[in-house]
Order: sequence, then C-alpha cells, then structure tokens
Amino acid sequence: MLIPHPLLGLRDSQEFTYLGDAALMDRPDPAGGNAEAAFTDYVFLRDNPAGVHRELWFHEQGDRSWLVVTRDTVTHEILGAELARDVKLNEEGAQ
Amino acid sequence: MRFSGFRVVKEALTGHKGWGMLWRNPDPKPAYDIVIVGGGGHGLATAFYLAKTFKQARVAVLEKGWLGSGNIGRNTTIIRSNYLLPGNEPFYEFSMKLWENLEQETNFNSMVSQRGIINLYHTDGQRDAYRRRGNAMLLAGADARLLGQDEVREIAPFLNFDNARFPIKGGLMQPRAGTARHDGVAWGYARGADMRGVDIIQNCEVTGFRIEGGKVQGVETSRGYIGAGKVGVAVAGNSSRVMAMAGMRLPIESHVLQAFVSEGLKPTIPGVITFGAGHFYVSQSDKGGLVFGGDIDGYNSYAQRGNLPVVEDVIEGGMALMPMIGRARLLRSWGGIMDMSMDGSPIIDRTEIDGLYFNGGWCYGGFKATPASGYAFAHLLATDRPHETAEAYRFDRFARGYVIDEKGVGAQPNLH
Amino acid sequence: MTRLNGGLVDRGTTLSFAFNGKSYAGHPGDTLASALLANGVQLMGRSFKYHRPRGVFSAGSEEPNAMVELREGARQEPNTRATVTELYDGLIARSQNHLGPLNRDLLAMNDYFAPFFAAGFYYKTFMWPRAFWEKLYEPMIRGAAGLGRLSKQADPDAYDKGFLHCDLLVIGGGAAGLAAALTAGRAGAQVILADEDFRLGGRLLAESHTLDDAPATGWAASVAQELASLPNVRLMTRTTVFGVYDHGVYGAVERVADHLATPGPRVRQSLWRITAKRAVLAAGATERHIPFADNDRPGIMLAGAMRAYANRWATAPTRNAADPVAVFANNDDGHRTALDLMAKGVPVLGVIDPRPDAPRLGDYDLFAGGVIDGTKGRLGLSAIRITQDGRSSWHRCGALGVAGGWNPNVHLASHHRGRPVWEETLLAFVPGTGGPSGLFPAGAAAGKGSTAAALQSGMEAARKALAEIGIAATALSLPDAEDAPIRQAAFWHVPGKRRAWVDFQNDVTVKDIALAHKENMRPVEHLKRWTTLGMATDQGKTANISALAVMAELTDKTIPETGTTIFRPPYTGVSLSVLGGGDTGAHFRPKRLTPTHHWAEEQGAVFVEVGAWMRAQYFPRPGETHWRETVDREAKAVRAGVGLCDVTTLGKVDVQGADAGEFLNRLYSNMMGTLAVGKVRYGLMLREDGHAYDDGTCARLSEDHYVVTTTTANAGPVYRNMEFARQCLWPDLDVQVISTTDAWAQIAVAGPKSRALLERIVDEFDLSNAAFPFMACAEMTVCKGLRARLFRISFSGELAYEIAVPARYGQALMARLMEAGADLGVTPYGTEALGVLRIEKGHAAGAELNGQTTAQMLGLGRMVSQKKDSIGAIMSRREGLAADRRRLVGLTPVDPAATVTPGAHLFAEGAARSMATDQGWITSAAFSPHLGSSIGLGFLEDGETRMGEILVAANPLEGQETRLKVVSAHFIDPEGERLRD
Repeated sequence: MLIPHPLLGLRDSQEFTYLGDAALMDRPDPAGGNAEAAFTDYVFLRDNPAGVHRELWFHEQGDRSWLVVTRDTVTHEILGAELARDVKLNEEGAQ
Repeated sequence: MRFSGFRVVKEALTGHKGWGMLWRNPDPKPAYDIVIVGGGGHGLATAFYLAKTFKQARVAVLEKGWLGSGNIGRNTTIIRSNYLLPGNEPFYEFSMKLWENLEQETNFNSMVSQRGIINLYHTDGQRDAYRRRGNAMLLAGADARLLGQDEVREIAPFLNFDNARFPIKGGLMQPRAGTARHDGVAWGYARGADMRGVDIIQNCEVTGFRIEGGKVQGVETSRGYIGAGKVGVAVAGNSSRVMAMAGMRLPIESHVLQAFVSEGLKPTIPGVITFGAGHFYVSQSDKGGLVFGGDIDGYNSYAQRGNLPVVEDVIEGGMALMPMIGRARLLRSWGGIMDMSMDGSPIIDRTEIDGLYFNGGWCYGGFKATPASGYAFAHLLATDRPHETAEAYRFDRFARGYVIDEKGVGAQPNLH
Repeated sequence: MTRLNGGLVDRGTTLSFAFNGKSYAGHPGDTLASALLANGVQLMGRSFKYHRPRGVFSAGSEEPNAMVELREGARQEPNTRATVTELYDGLIARSQNHLGPLNRDLLAMNDYFAPFFAAGFYYKTFMWPRAFWEKLYEPMIRGAAGLGRLSKQADPDAYDKGFLHCDLLVIGGGAAGLAAALTAGRAGAQVILADEDFRLGGRLLAESHTLDDAPATGWAASVAQELASLPNVRLMTRTTVFGVYDHGVYGAVERVADHLATPGPRVRQSLWRITAKRAVLAAGATERHIPFADNDRPGIMLAGAMRAYANRWATAPTRNAADPVAVFANNDDGHRTALDLMAKGVPVLGVIDPRPDAPRLGDYDLFAGGVIDGTKGRLGLSAIRITQDGRSSWHRCGALGVAGGWNPNVHLASHHRGRPVWEETLLAFVPGTGGPSGLFPAGAAAGKGSTAAALQSGMEAARKALAEIGIAATALSLPDAEDAPIRQAAFWHVPGKRRAWVDFQNDVTVKDIALAHKENMRPVEHLKRWTTLGMATDQGKTANISALAVMAELTDKTIPETGTTIFRPPYTGVSLSVLGGGDTGAHFRPKRLTPTHHWAEEQGAVFVEVGAWMRAQYFPRPGETHWRETVDREAKAVRAGVGLCDVTTLGKVDVQGADAGEFLNRLYSNMMGTLAVGKVRYGLMLREDGHAYDDGTCARLSEDHYVVTTTTANAGPVYRNMEFARQCLWPDLDVQVISTTDAWAQIAVAGPKSRALLERIVDEFDLSNAAFPFMACAEMTVCKGLRARLFRISFSGELAYEIAVPARYGQALMARLMEAGADLGVTPYGTEALGVLRIEKGHAAGAELNGQTTAQMLGLGRMVSQKKDSIGAIMSRREGLAADRRRLVGLTPVDPAATVTPGAHLFAEGAARSMATDQGWITSAAFSPHLGSSIGLGFLEDGETRMGEILVAANPLEGQETRLKVVSAHFIDPEGERLRD
C-alpha cells in the first residue's frame, strides 16, 4: 500500500505503524458523568465498517506524523490523508 | 449412509453407483426453533451438536455462499490447546478432546493428525514464560513437554541451529496437538447435522434481523423471511457487519490474515513448528504442501487479500528458521478476514437482544476451537446457560475488567 | 533424434545435459523439455495419485506433467517445469514422484486400484481404529503423496530484493506487450517490460506467422532491439510478475542466474516490488485441452505447444521421426498445428474435429464430426482411436495435439478478487471490470487473440493508460498481421466409460467430477476441494475451465453460472528463497549494538539478544569455569565496590515545552508536573485499558525540559504513544517530544564506591550527598569538557548513578571510567548481574510488567494518582482490576540448596495441584550471591498478607516441586538506606 502523506507525498505503508479507528482521537471527558462507561466504549468498541474507514497511521519510519487516513476497507482504496493534529485542532476550533 | 472402508470397497467394485448426496439442498422453511447465521466451521459445528447432543429438531444454518466458506475454508489447519490463562485453557483442552473423537462422532475422516506442535524459544525469558504456560496446560489436564535444544534438534534437525540471529534454545511441545483437514471438518459437521435433520441452506444471505419488543423474531434473508425462536450468529470476520444489523457495536475489528502453501513435496516437516523470534508457523499437509503463516497484515480490512510486505515478512521468518525450504516454491497465498477482538479472546454469549446469541471474536485462532465453540454455542442456545469451559467468554468482561489477554498487549487488535 | 529444420536454437553450440543419469545433447535456446523431445524422450514424469506415465503437455509455465528435480546437492530444486527450464551445459535433472525407475514405477500399482481412490475416498475411511491414523494410514499416504524432494540442506545461493518505479509496467512481451511497450517507450514514458520467457516475442516465437510478409520473429527482435536502445525502457526477461498488490504495487521475480550452472558471484534471483502508475496486462492466453478416454499418455499435448516445439524449438513431439502426428481440435486455430508440422516435414495423420462443418485448411486428412475416444501406448502414445459417424478405427500415432480453445490469462486482473466475465463468442472468461485499478488488459489476455488484434489492443491499452497520467503517446504504424476470426465449437469433452483426465497432475477425471456432482459437491469451491481439481502446481490453468464445463453440463447450468474459483497470487510458483531475500540466517533482523559494544567485545563479553539489541550478558575472566561464577563476582562487585553497565538500550525521550509537565502528568499515572528542576522521579505508565504498561524515570533538567526513560522493550511503543497523545489527543499543549535513545550513551555506575569513581571524572561538580542527593539530576561536563547528564538513580539498590554522554563518546567514557576506577576495583557487569541485582531489590522487569498485570499487583497501586486524570486511570478502577488480589512477593527456598524456578505455579501446602487451587506463579529467579541461595519474585493471591507462609512451587512440566517461603520482594536493604547514602 501507498499512503499519500500530506507533507511528503506517496509513502510506502511499511514506513507506518497502524493504530485503528480515528475515533481513538476522541478521548472521553474523564470528569464527565459515567466516565467508566464512556471509556469502555472508547477503548473497546469499534464501528469496524466494511467500507469507508477513517483510521490512524503513524509515520514511524519517517517524519513521525500521525495521519488520519480515509480508506475503504473493502477495496483498500485511499480517499485522503490529513495530519491528525490538524484534524483535531480543526475539530476543536469548530466546537 | 454410513461411511467405512468396506463401503468404499463395495462402491469401487460396483461403479460408485451407491453414493448419495453428502447433504441435502433444502428450501428454507417458514420458521425454525433455532437459526444459525453462518455456515462456516463454528456454525456447522453448532448445528451438529444442537441436533446430536441437545436433540434440537428444528434447526437451520443459513450460509450466504457455500457451506464451509468461512475461515474454515482457508486456514493453516493447526489444532492445539497450549494456552496460558484460566479463561482459555480449559476451553481449548475441551476442544482438543472433541477433536480426538471427532471422526468417530461424525463418521467422516477429517484427518485429525496429532503429530505435535513445538513453540520454539530463543531467550531465557521466553523459556520461563513457556514453563509457566506448560505448567498451566498440565494443571488444566492437557499435555506439554519442555524441550531443550538437543531434544528440538533431534525432532527437527533441519532448523537453523548454526547461524541464527536468534538462536534456538528449546521449545514447548504439545504432543497431542497437530492438524486437521479443514474442509473435512466442515463437511463432517455438515453431513452429520444434515443427517440429523438440520436444514443447511446455502446461498442464503441474512440481510436483517426482525426484532420486536427487544426480542428477535426471525431473520430477513436473500431467500425471504425466516422465523426463529432463537438466532445464533457465527460469522467471524463479518461479525461487526452482521451485528450492526441488530444495532450492536462490538469489541472487534476485521483484519486480513494471509496464509500460504508451497508446492507438494515429499515428507519434510514432522509436526507443527512455530518460530519464537519472528512470527511464522508451519506444518506439512498430507498432500505434501508446506502450509504456513505469520502475522496479520495489521490494518482493518474486509478485502480477503493482503499485501506483499507481510508475504515477505512471513517467508523471511520461515527462511531464517528453516533455510532448507528455500528451494521449494510458494504455490498459493490467500487472505481471510479475522474477527480481531480487543483482548485476543473470543465471545460466546447472549446479547442485549432477547433470543439473539453471538459467537465470534476468534482472532486467527478459530479453527482449533471449532468443536468446542460449536458445542459451547449449542449448549448456550439450547439451555441458555454458558458451557462450563466458555464461561469467561462474556461481552461484559471488557466493561468489568476481566479481559483474557494472552499476549498482554491490551485493546489493540492488530497486536493480538 | 527428432530435431527439425529452422527454429530459434543455436545449432552452432552443443550443450550436454543429463536426465535420469543418461546424457543428452541440446543447444542454446532449448528448454529442458524441447531438448528431451528433440532426443525422442517423451516420458518425463509420473502423476500425483495414480503414478501414470506422463510427458510434456505444454510449452510454458502452466506445465502440469513434465516436472523434475533440477540440479543436485543443496541446490536440488523439486517440481521444476522442464518446459521453462532454460538448458545450460551440464544441466542435471531427474524425474520425480516414483519408486524405482521412471519407466517401472512400483507405485504405478495405484492405477490398478484407481476405483478405490475416487474423489474424496479418504474422507470416508481410515477412521478405525482411531490410533491408526497417525501410525499407519497417514504415514502411508504422506509417503506416497508429495511431488519432488527437498535436499533438506540450506540453500547456498544468494538472493536480493529491490524497488522499481515506472509510469507503465507491461506484463508480457508478446505481440500485445511489445506494441504497448513500444508505444509507451517512444512517448518517453518510464517503462518496464517484464516477461517470464528468456526471449521476447511470446507466441510470435511459436507461430509461423508473418508480419508485413516477414517472419514475426524478426519483428519481435527488431522491436526488442529498439526498446533496448531506449534509456527510459527497462527490459526484464526471465521475470515473472506474480501478483498485483494495492495501489499499483506489483510483485515480480527475476531469475537472474537460473539459466547458469551456478550463479557465480551473482544472486540467483531477485524480488522486485514494482510501483507502477499504470500497467498493461499482456500475459497472453493458455490453451485448454479436451478430455477424452486415456488422454494423458506421453505424446499427447496441447496443439499450440506442439506448434511451439516445431516452430521455435525445431522439434517433433514424437519418439521417432517417422511416427505420424494427429491433431484433435474443436476450433480452426488447432488446424494450424497440422499445417505447421507438415511444413516442417512431420508426417501428419490428420485433424480430428468434432464440428461436422469443420473446414479443411490445408492438405491433410480431416475427420470432421469425429472424436478421439481411445489411445494406446504404455509409456508413450502409440495409437489413437478415431470415431466418426458411429465408426471407430485405431490409427498408429506417435503424438497428438489437442486444441480446445484458449483461456485468456486473466489471473492478475483477478487478484483483487474481481471476477472474470464469460465471453460467449470466445467461449472463455475475460477480465471483468472489477480488476485492480490502473491495470489494462490487452491482447490475448483480454480476448484479443489474433496477431492483428493483439498488436492493436496493446498499443491502445498503452495509450489509454498513459493518457490517464498525462502522457500523450502517438499511435504506432502497426505491421500487417493475420487476423483470423475465432471459430470454435463449445465441445468440452468426449463422453465415454473410460477415464478422461481433466486435471493431469492431480489425476482428476470426468468421472470424479460426476461423482462430486452426485454427492452434491456442486459449488465450484466444493468441486475443487472434494476432487483436488485445480489444486496442483498449475493452479488449474490447464484444468479449471474444462471442469467447469463438465459440471455445468451435469447441473444443466451455463459455465458462468457455475462460476470460477478465486485467483490468488502467485501467478506461478515463486521460490521461498527469493521471497526471503537476504534477510535470513544471521541477517534475519538488524543488530542494534550499544555504544560500548566493541569495547565489551574486547573484554571478552558474552552477548545476548535483547529484542533487536545485542547486550553484554556477562564478562568472564580467565579461570572462571561457569557463567554463574562470573555473574556472582560481578553482582558482588557492585554491592561491595563499583560496577559499570551499559544501559543505553533503555528508551530515552526528550520532552520540551511550556506544557511539558502537564503533558507528562497525563501520560504517567503519578504526578510529574510538580517535580522540581534538578530532580528525578520514578514513573509508571498505564495503558488506556488500565493495566500497567511501562516504567522508567522522569528527570526535570529545566522548567520546560524533561528527559524520560522507558524500558528497553517499550522504547518504540512508548514514544509512539507520546506522539499519539501530543498530536491526536492534546495538540493544544505546548510540548515537543523526540526519541533520543540512540543519541545518548548511558552507563550505570553502581555501588558504594560509585561516587568516588565519578568524582574523578566530573569537571568541578559537587557530588556530595548534600549537593547531589538520591534522585538528583544535572547537566554538566566530564573528562574536561564532555557534555554529560548525570542522574542519581539506582536499579541495584546501591548508591548509584547513570551517566549519559553523546553516543559517540560512550565507548571512550567506559574506557575512561575503567581506567579511573582501576584502584577501586571497578567491574563491568552484564545483564545477568543486572538481573540478579534487580531481583534482590524486587524491581519489576519484563516478566512482571508483562502487560497482564496491574499497578496494584506490582505493589505500585499508590502511584496511580487520584488527584488527576492520566491515561488508563479511569479504566484501572474497573472491578476486575481493582478486585485482583495477586501481589508481587519475594520467594526463598526452605531448603537453601533448592532452586527457585520461574514459571512454576504456587500452591498452598497440601492443596491439590489444579487450576482451581492455583495461587500464582514465579516470574523471575536468580541465585543471590548475597543471600547465598536461589531467590525469586512471583505473583501470589493476597501476597502481601502471607509473609512467612510456606508454599509449594509446582513445576510438573519438569517433575519438580519446591517448598518456598513468602518474603518481602526487597531482599536487600529493604529500607533503601544504601541508595540514599
């Protein structure tokens, strides 16, 4: 696989380490009500779609960026890649 | 029809005129007491034990493709009960005991071959961990031997003892482990279930669950609605997709595992051998092919195919461990979709929906579990109580903190 | 000899070779198969199940029959297709899978018992008695099964791997592929043309076609020449593209030296990962046969292969030049075999064609509406039976070409699981639309079988592919070429009572398919698995479509309704050696060496693998006869004097920024933000699921600068998690992190004399206990100006320090410390002594921090701060973790001479040995030279309340039971006074 790194262009997926669903960026509020249940969902449950999946890849053998890659889990087609940091800051800015 | 050597001879001498269908091609009935979704190994085994052991008469298995097309149709055929944790070991040992009587029970030669498995160790730390595991196995009534380097060399002199990056120091052996002919297992269960009245309905895809008042009523399928008193889902690889139709999210990711077979060779490798310093496991089939595998590709996938880096990684491991296989050729590689669970262990449990039961999360170890999984799921479906060896495989173990994490890597499915 | 005139072999040079011990001669340009045929050798092997005599069936990589063991000794290579084995001088080959000589195979008796060996028979028997499977039945089956033999020696040759990139990858160098490559090459695109053959041209080399009225081989040669002259084109013959992977990555194997007796200084094969923006699949087509009674005798082969042997290799397929040859064809293309053989002077019996209206294309006898329904010849074809208009007659015949139509090689187009589609006009499957993106089928692989159509489609595919990536390629002016229409009948097999082979190698006959149908093994995947059809080394290339047709007939369905099995890589067999490449043996994984590695080597250290690292395990001295003697000495030297240990392998992460303290608060379970500058704190990390993850130290060098350490094993993962936290969870924090594991050499200086030693190398720095107490840290210089970091931390429990200097000075520092401390008795120690010292102090390491344990179990429960959130804090409070009563304890043997064994399980005295009564296990153990006995650490139910209790450590695996006493895990200096001294 080739990952379209937003800063570095197409890079071989062997340079990356895969983590999983990008929902892992949405860590629940530890002070929120029912935090244990929220963390249980966050840590253990996944949508695991057959189709478009937003997921986290770490450019470990490269520039050490975490990327949010949008990829189809049925065809492996990659629809886009962004810096996770930008994604998170934009989300926070939007709130 | 009962299979036997006598029967084979008789048919050979009479032009094979007497053989019948191994199973029927029934049309779905309007309703069943129990509907199993998924005609893979676990679904078929569940149906078999429901009919045979739990005397359930109105059972159907719905399979979207051909029966046995789940991961039982493509795997590295290893059977073993060499687990560490109390939540796992009794279950897999129960499975091993079922394997040992499988052919007599199903009247079908699934070629269960107890040629042993050796997990090699390369460091003192690994040896200590294996000693702990081997003792756990013995305490659970299984068998185990701790081998030193000389004993490993005697069994497998072709291993790389001379210039290895990670020298082989010994191995943990389970002599009763081995392999079984994967398709033969599916067919044995299917034929046995069919003979006992189970309707195995192929080319019948479940497209939805009919749930009313929190209770499952039946399933929508590509061949129409089928009513059901209880529905058991055994569709590992596609668990999230199917259970999403019932509104459930699971502690599971779908990943692709590649496996490999070489061209046929005269007998070379005695049993099952696993590399402790890379991820590689190998056995030789009765037909002569080296059957081997390694890590999952590591990314979520439903594609049933993998990529080249893992092919190379697995075979690097194989070549590092047993350089004599180099002149053999890779014949075929394939990819199957695994239910990678959050602790590496399976789930056999009721769900929050009345009448809907779930069996999945087998990671890439589901084949060896087939008999016990079927038995335990049948037990749960028939009695509404978990089988004693499968009590730990609950959904709520994640919320409550009772994970069964053999590798100790936490909620990271691609590391299990 | 049956050598004909013409052909593409170099008669000026003679190569000698041996088959089954007999010497023969051939020429450059020959394959082993063509050279054997030219010597009148038809019998080349035996089938898998019935051990039927077999000869060459094809002229390509799909060969199911002519498989040999090539070469000798460690280079012996089983299952090698004689049809693609390039002849070299001195080649040695043996036939395989027979007992006794090839022509008198004892296992051929299987054939007499064939009725007992029908499809799936083994699933129905061999079940009684149970124990006989492993002891009798299976060994018998295994011995008879398998094909060739491995040498059981390590492969002595070298292999390599590489990456290639191109605009256009052209797979196949026949008419379509050459046209595609030429189109792209002239347009200036970066082109790779790969072909499995050793000569470009594909079927053009095998046919008698002309292009622009000149031999097509000349055109192929001139195009090859032009392509070779273009700097933007890379020609790769002897290269098989075996798989299509994601995003335009293709796997290919180049057989660099397989055509030589030995590779010499070269690698034998190379694995190429080719990243292509676009690709043209011009892999051609594979001819199919027509099953009929006894259709598997040596001498019966594909009609196209027969043409190839005659035209390219100038070889008649018979044993004797006078033997007549026949052709059995359901299509016009097959008739050309008769024409080409006649042109070469081979006697032709005639063409048998089941079509009543079959055309006569030349001056040969035509049996229109006829079939072949019987053959004779034990070790080679001698006669065929032709049935026409209800009358049968036997005819002397030395070889038979069978033409059942052509199957496009759709394999690569189907590797992404897109199914091929049935093309009724071709009676064949062609690539479907769901193929790998960027792959353009062309030529015969796309069903464009005539030379003209292949040329045209190759050119067009290249232009279309290049247009997608912005390269305009002009059309070629293509040569005039034959454009014969495909005329064939849907005639799939000759019905009859005798066995008609469908899959030759695996001995699957039409009867087996009928039996599978009868037994309801009808879905194509069941058919395959029940009969083993298509599971031979050719993966069904020569069998599957015929089998589908038979099954379709039985089920009264069409072929496309019957379906296809899934195409999987590799396209043809790929040696495991090349897939392993050079990363095997000692090179399986890179070795990470510590900065003092070479120094340690000079000291005679014994090394041990620790993950990817090599670490000094211990430093034996002359006269020491056992490793324990050495380790005891090293451990004692630390507790009594001063020792040095390279601890560089511990992970190091530099954390800087205004929010560094807050960041670390969120990562570590304990408080780090409140740490004073110049101080170090022990830290514990949890995983988000609440289990203990990693431990290490945090040193605060300045207000906004921390240096943290991790365990050796988790150096990478912890850093990755820190970046995850920084970028994905809390990008608003002002913090930067960088791994500096390899940047700093770190040496533990441990023991009561460590201060005295360090005082000799620091530059004007007060090391007194008051000025630099336990858990102090500082940046400083040593050895007159060398930048260093000093941490007063202790793993051994003694007064101790860890000193870090830039990695390139690590070795010099070690040497300097050894020199400076000579009079103090300074002693280097390795990981074994390190382990003894840490077990004596009850510090957790890998066996305790195994990812399954909790902070409470480790006795570190109080380190999980309740005042703040941190990763894993919430989940660590779940019932299952909080209720876990197992605790880390120390264990000593009741009998001081007894050994504490890690991996033994703990039981109360008198309790049964069972899972239910299992109370824990021993994690680590060592001989303590200070206590004079073996000691251990372990996890025990309610451990902290059971001090002094006697337990039994059971190790049934090795038949041992040992009585142990539960003690504090802190065996030495439990109050921790020494390290504060």
